[in-house]
Amino acid sequence: MSMRLFISRDAGAVAVGADDVALAFEQAAARRGIEIEIVRTGSRGLYWLEPLVEVATPQGRVAFGPVTPTDAPFLLEAIISDGPHPLRLGITEEIPWLRRQTRLTFARCGVIDPRSVDDYRAHGGYKGLERALTLGADAILADVTTSGLRGRGGAGFPTGIKWRTVALASGTRKYIVCNADEGDSGTFADRMIMEGDPFVVIEGMTIAGVAVGASKGYIYIRSEYPHAIQAMNAAILAAKRAGYLGADIGSSSHSFELEVRVGAGAYVCGEETSLLESLEGRRGIVRAKPPLPAHHGLFGKPTVINNVLSFAAIPFILAGGAQAYADFGMGRSRGTMPIQLAGNIRYGGLFETAFGITLGELVDDIGGGTLTGRAVRAVQVGGPLGAYFPRALFDTPFDYEAFAARDGLIGHGGIVVFDDSVDMAKQARFAMEFCAKCTPCRIGSTRGVETIDKIRRGERVAENIAVVEDLCNTMKFGSLCALGGFTPYPVMSALKHFKDDFGPATHLQAAE
Amino acid sequence: MSLIQETDFGTPRSKSAGLVTLTIDGRSVTVPEGTSIMRAAMEAGTQIPKLCATDMVDAFGSCRLCLIEIEGRAGTPASCTSPAMNGLVVHTQTERLKKLRKGVMELYISDHPLDCLTCAANGDCELQDMAGAVGLRDVRYGYEGDNHVFARTNGDINAAWMPKDESNPYFTYDPSKCIVCSRCVRACEQVQGTFALTISGRGFDSRVSPGMSESFLGSECVSCGACVQACPTATLTEKSVIEIGQPEHSVVTTCAYCGVGCAFKAEMRGEEVVRMVPYKDGKANRGHSCVKGRFAWGYTTHKERILKPMIRDHISEPWREVSWDEAFNFAATKFRGIQQKYGRDAVGGITSSRCTNEETYLVQKLIRAGFGNNNVDTCARVCHSPTGYGLSTTFGTSAGTQDFDSVEHSDVVMVIGANPASAHPVFASRLKKRLRQGAKLIVLDPRRTEMVEAPHLKAQHLPLLPGTNVAVLTAMAHVIVTEGLVDEAFVRERCDWSEFEDWAAFVALPNNSPEATAIMTGVEPNELRGHPQHRARGAFLPDGTLRSQPALSTPAGSRAPKLGEHSVEVLREHGLSQEEIEGLRVARAIA
Repeated sequence: MSMRLFISRDAGAVAVGADDVALAFEQAAARRGIEIEIVRTGSRGLYWLEPLVEVATPQGRVAFGPVTPTDAPFLLEAIISDGPHPLRLGITEEIPWLRRQTRLTFARCGVIDPRSVDDYRAHGGYKGLERALTLGADAILADVTTSGLRGRGGAGFPTGIKWRTVALASGTRKYIVCNADEGDSGTFADRMIMEGDPFVVIEGMTIAGVAVGASKGYIYIRSEYPHAIQAMNAAILAAKRAGYLGADIGSSSHSFELEVRVGAGAYVCGEETSLLESLEGRRGIVRAKPPLPAHHGLFGKPTVINNVLSFAAIPFILAGGAQAYADFGMGRSRGTMPIQLAGNIRYGGLFETAFGITLGELVDDIGGGTLTGRAVRAVQVGGPLGAYFPRALFDTPFDYEAFAARDGLIGHGGIVVFDDSVDMAKQARFAMEFCAKCTPCRIGSTRGVETIDKIRRGERVAENIAVVEDLCNTMKFGSLCALGGFTPYPVMSALKHFKDDFGPATHLQAAE
Repeated sequence: MSLIQETDFGTPRSKSAGLVTLTIDGRSVTVPEGTSIMRAAMEAGTQIPKLCATDMVDAFGSCRLCLIEIEGRAGTPASCTSPAMNGLVVHTQTERLKKLRKGVMELYISDHPLDCLTCAANGDCELQDMAGAVGLRDVRYGYEGDNHVFARTNGDINAAWMPKDESNPYFTYDPSKCIVCSRCVRACEQVQGTFALTISGRGFDSRVSPGMSESFLGSECVSCGACVQACPTATLTEKSVIEIGQPEHSVVTTCAYCGVGCAFKAEMRGEEVVRMVPYKDGKANRGHSCVKGRFAWGYTTHKERILKPMIRDHISEPWREVSWDEAFNFAATKFRGIQQKYGRDAVGGITSSRCTNEETYLVQKLIRAGFGNNNVDTCARVCHSPTGYGLSTTFGTSAGTQDFDSVEHSDVVMVIGANPASAHPVFASRLKKRLRQGAKLIVLDPRRTEMVEAPHLKAQHLPLLPGTNVAVLTAMAHVIVTEGLVDEAFVRERCDWSEFEDWAAFVALPNNSPEATAIMTGVEPNELRGHPQHRARGAFLPDGTLRSQPALSTPAGSRAPKLGEHSVEVLREHGLSQEEIEGLRVARAIA
């Protein structure tokens, strides 16, 4: 029997040498004269352990990491002799960081070969679609509603209501659009799932198509994700060959086609209406709502537009797990959230868990504090538009409403950690790139940075802080879309919680 | 006399038949469904501050001045993009809104020159008006930051600053005054349909750009001026306004160029025309115009214009300026002399479609009542006579059966031998707008005109051989009749059924099929078959030189002849032809 090894092909793993490690194992095995099979999977999301090498054993996969190419020959010997090795982490599933998670959406990520429909099916894939095809549209919508799933892109809008609106909308054509323009700092869950389990996204979108009566879908992926683009394109082709895309999907009367479209590098195109403009071949600027995309979306037709993670949550729900999904979570935040731990953090990676876990648990306990070993001073949750929270707010549970109540947002589930060397006024001046359709954003972002710089230079600090506060108010309530509306969150939270930093710069410079 | 200020309702009129009633600032307002709250407020007499909204283009929602509060709803939505709905209770002026608007204006003015007194838009600037409306008193950001206003900032060259583009002969583009409201871009797209303008750059770098950062003159721009009219600041300004100043009174008039008959406000200062602004009440143009009507009015004060009566006894003599009395007497005596010598029919009158309705009416009156004969004619003899004959034979009237507004309801339009894009540009813009909404266009023309392919629309082009219009139309009718595409109820309601059957039997003959006629028409038979949209209710626009024929009446709702000059049809209505007297009634021989 040949040896089966699993090494990630995830961009995050490849960046730290996973391809070189895989090659080293092939060469070591050739020299040793043994046959090995290396399965290139997605990542398990334990990024500080990448490149992670797993080996199939009768007890389950055993993990080693982080592995370098020079480790390969010795590691191979240790595997063959079943002997000890300093990089040995034990049974992968038993690694506490992984065992503590509730992996519903990411269940297969890091486990299966992302290019194989058969592997996907062998691990429970397409059960959701098969059941959906027998249920019919109404029952699918009921299941999605029951699950309590809310849009994982950041807005947290109930997915069931969105889909029902599209299902009820009249239109000669309807579209399913997947927002994979993941541009928030510190987020990578969309990329991971597209690279590690692309079929779950395809299946989720196909179910959406069946539910609302759409036969065409687009996945809009940012150009900075070449691996994900390649993985999705390969998976679409494989799904088509296996009869899961195209005409008569899964031997039903439904047809569904999918197409990957690549963005041109604009952060604003992650905003759903800008994304639709961009998909239509126009300049990516925000559309005013109403009309909602559900009524008047892509090419003016009723459109379901959801984030990658929302679609990826669907197959579990439709495979009979609607109630099970809803049983996780707290309050109105049901199910699990793939949380991304990043920045200055010891154990960075993807941690999928039920809503309700506190920010403190995530940062200190699971994240292990900062990588530099210094004290945690601030965390930014929800991407560049999220608020900066100090330690004093670490008791906040991970929940849409709990964060909103403290002037924050969970957004796409990204957490970026900063140690005590951070200059929060400098953080607050990070201007984003905007579409410039509306005035508060177009001019306000520039004036905001200028005014914060004045404060940092010590120019009329009190007056200028008042100007920034007024500007934040204008942007929060005056902007056309969430981008401008949320820009004040990082600024206001920095002002509120770290006021000492606003004055002539005296702080240590954070590593950037 | 004063300057006509047309009300800008902010968003286009809703055509919905359903009504909704809402309360705005304590007053109950009833408006058609689909009306914006901004427009509803204006109907009720409340002008909500606005900069990016104007009723010639769709709501955009970018300036964020028109924010409102709606009871029971969170946030401060824009009134231009929020539809009026039954039972809404709207407040347009609250402490919160006042603060937000002031905040937005403060941002605008932080990147705008403060040269109001010497600015060409002084007195006609919406930015100035809005700064006043929201009570802006202070710009706390200062003027030292990033800007598009100054060529140099703090001694350094300001890369964001762009010089004035004066390439267009009629108007200038001054990027330093631009507030990036996109009204010009949207007017170019939605009103004119040329798509010459865009916004280049993102965020603070955004600027209006003709084409790919070209000059206005070098771009696709056709100088229709819709952008200039839409601009709320001095960014796009008529050169005549820059030179003269703001007008003080308007005179409503009709364009003297083509047959569309666009209504204009001639905006004057004393006797000097300052600019021509298309009148929104104009039923042909609805506030739009082409380059000719808006800018090419230099002839009004051309030095060669004849302003006084002149006479001469012989062609070899020079003209002699005389009084009106002398001129009238001279002309009357001469005409009478001719009639006495050669008979009553020896004189006649020909007028031009460039004359006013009143003038042409009086000429035919003079000839008929004064000279006692029917010898009147016009240039319509050449262009409208065949269509007039066809129309009157088919419909009993030689006038078009529709108005220009009806194009907004057409699903299929067939243009035969006409090129409105060059001959009747304003109508072409209205047609293109409808086509972009999804209506189908069939162009029957040997030429590949601009109507065949324009931005965001593509027509079915039937490039027939010259002189084969009737054969193609008959072949089209053949398909409609033989493939069972006739809307029988529609035809029965409008035609004599037995005559229709005769006609149907004729067109159904095999020698009228697309296949049989292809050899003479050059039109691919497949182009005429398999197009069920031919059945849809639409409009036909035959050129003046085409004789209408009965086939047209079968599937079509209505037809308009495309006439060359502004009052061709009116000339005929006023009796300027031998066969018809005023009202298009048939003239009788004068005994």
